[in-house]
Amino acid sequence: MINPNLNPYQPREAIIVERIQEAPDLFTLRLEFTDPQIQAACKFEPGQFNMLYLYGVGEIAISIVSDPQDCQIIDHTIRVVGRVTRGLVNLKAGDRIGVRGPYGRGWPMLESKDKDIVVVTGGLGCAPVVSVINYIEQRREEFGRLNIVQGVKHSADLIWKERYEQWRKLADTKVLLAADVGEALWPWHVGPVTSLFDQLEFDPDNVSVMMCGPEGMMRVVCDHMLDYRVPESQLFLSMERNMQCAIGHCGHCQYGSKFICKDGPVFSYDKIRHLFETKGF
Amino acid sequence: MKPERHFFQTDQLQKLLSNLLSKGYTCVGPQVRDGAIIYDEINSVEQLPRGISDQQQPGSYSLKSNNSTKFFNWANGPQAIKPLLFAAKEKLWQSKQSTDGHITFKTSVPNPQPIAIIGARACDIAAMKIQDQHFLQQQFVDPCYKARRENLLIIAVNCALPADTCFCHSTGDGPFVDDGFDISLTELENGFLCEAQTTQGEKILHELLLEDCSNEQLEESELIKTNASKQKRKLPEFDIKSRLFNELNNDAWHAIASECLSCGNCTSVCPTCFCHSENDVPELDGKSSAHFREWDSCFGQGHSYIHGITIRSQTSQRYRQWLVHKFSTWHEQYGRSGCVGCGRCISWCPVGIDVTESVAQFADRRCDQS
Repeated sequence: MINPNLNPYQPREAIIVERIQEAPDLFTLRLEFTDPQIQAACKFEPGQFNMLYLYGVGEIAISIVSDPQDCQIIDHTIRVVGRVTRGLVNLKAGDRIGVRGPYGRGWPMLESKDKDIVVVTGGLGCAPVVSVINYIEQRREEFGRLNIVQGVKHSADLIWKERYEQWRKLADTKVLLAADVGEALWPWHVGPVTSLFDQLEFDPDNVSVMMCGPEGMMRVVCDHMLDYRVPESQLFLSMERNMQCAIGHCGHCQYGSKFICKDGPVFSYDKIRHLFETKGF
Repeated sequence: MKPERHFFQTDQLQKLLSNLLSKGYTCVGPQVRDGAIIYDEINSVEQLPRGISDQQQPGSYSLKSNNSTKFFNWANGPQAIKPLLFAAKEKLWQSKQSTDGHITFKTSVPNPQPIAIIGARACDIAAMKIQDQHFLQQQFVDPCYKARRENLLIIAVNCALPADTCFCHSTGDGPFVDDGFDISLTELENGFLCEAQTTQGEKILHELLLEDCSNEQLEESELIKTNASKQKRKLPEFDIKSRLFNELNNDAWHAIASECLSCGNCTSVCPTCFCHSENDVPELDGKSSAHFREWDSCFGQGHSYIHGITIRSQTSQRYRQWLVHKFSTWHEQYGRSGCVGCGRCISWCPVGIDVTESVAQFADRRCDQS
């Protein structure tokens, strides 16, 4: 828990226990707070995020991918995109950064117990839903059928192939991959991710659909799922906006009346539908 | 129980100021600087804008002398309370990295001296109450705002002469202040009606030469209130909250945006706007780095930037974000509109966009989406 008496803007020191290169431009930092008391008090849920601080550069919101039962080391899978991540990528085990969090409301894992699960991601490596898959992997018998769908623009964009192969081996699990543009030797589907939906195995009355990725993709996924008569309240989207304070003060992540940092980042579709259909919010 | 009202002669105003100074307060009050009424440190009533009025129109602000001997015969200036509590720029924390890579953090919460603001308006206090909700009454408390807020004494002065841009009467926030102050004053011809709302305020008032107020004085005050309530500008009387939220694709947004320069002046002068950015500023020797926050504006390009995408790349989207937030989604966040009717965004807009007119464009469906 976050101590309310501390300056909520101020990070705490954490050490990189291990650094894993997942793919070109994708790496995982395994972190531990250097203050054992802070580490001991650290609890998080799948879908929540931390603010990582690179000394002298700034902070960035990164979702937590490790299992909530194992709070001793906190894993963050990071894609290299901007100023802070271009610096973080150069760090190695033993280096230190600042961390504060966890923040936000994550995936409805408890509410999804015994349900079929459809995880849909688009674009390049989508860390927020990795926490969902990891969570289910550890508690496979608590959930129904697991469907993992990943769409990329170009087949060369698919990173983390080994992970998908690993997930494919889980019990009662379907992994479907699609590329809008395929190249030679691409063994999976060529076409939009939604064209794979006929192969999904789920009960529309008893399913949680969890997605992250470009909003255009999520919009199409929601439309398709509604056609399958999945209720709006069972479609869950991880939203992204500019985030600086992560505690509902700085105003950048406002999405209508919602602050994505504290009311989200995960929302059910019925809560955001009106804005989701409008560009520029 | 209604707080007791008293009267003090004009000469007691300096005594009030001196008493506050001797108690260790830094007094902040209105004064003329650079052609506008601004709030800064004050230690004599001579510094107050006596006999000065402001003339405000869309896109214009000017001062002129009047024949009055009153100190507070003007409406407002570009800022009042907001910068005293929510600093335009401040350090939140600082980090140091030692040669072996260890990072230490040091918090930078201010330890402010008590400030007494003299001449806060009803709109400013209404806005402060909203900022209190935002910074103090949510899950996370802002320690910088809190430290300053706990050290602020508020002496409000009821408005007698609203500007042409004022519309606080229609937002329900003025021209007279109902609560949220320590002391409130109403300036009459020969002195001030006064009322304390806190024990601290009461103590300070009772060190002055107070008189019982007469019926004539109460009537004079009522007349001031009645006249100050006659504001020619007002918000339209439809369900603004729902209408704006349901007209997100209306072409009217483009029409407004064709005038808007996206400069962010409106958000800078708005007493309720709370957006701020955070930036790390490393020292040149690389040994330490300071983490600052400063006011930010939803009209800037960076405000909606996320990994290579600007969510609100167009001015129409930015203006819509501002207006819909202020008048619609604000209700869900804080139980009321984010507009207190101070009219600053109208006066200080370089192209004179009138927020009440912007809202009124959605009164009917004449500019419906095509």
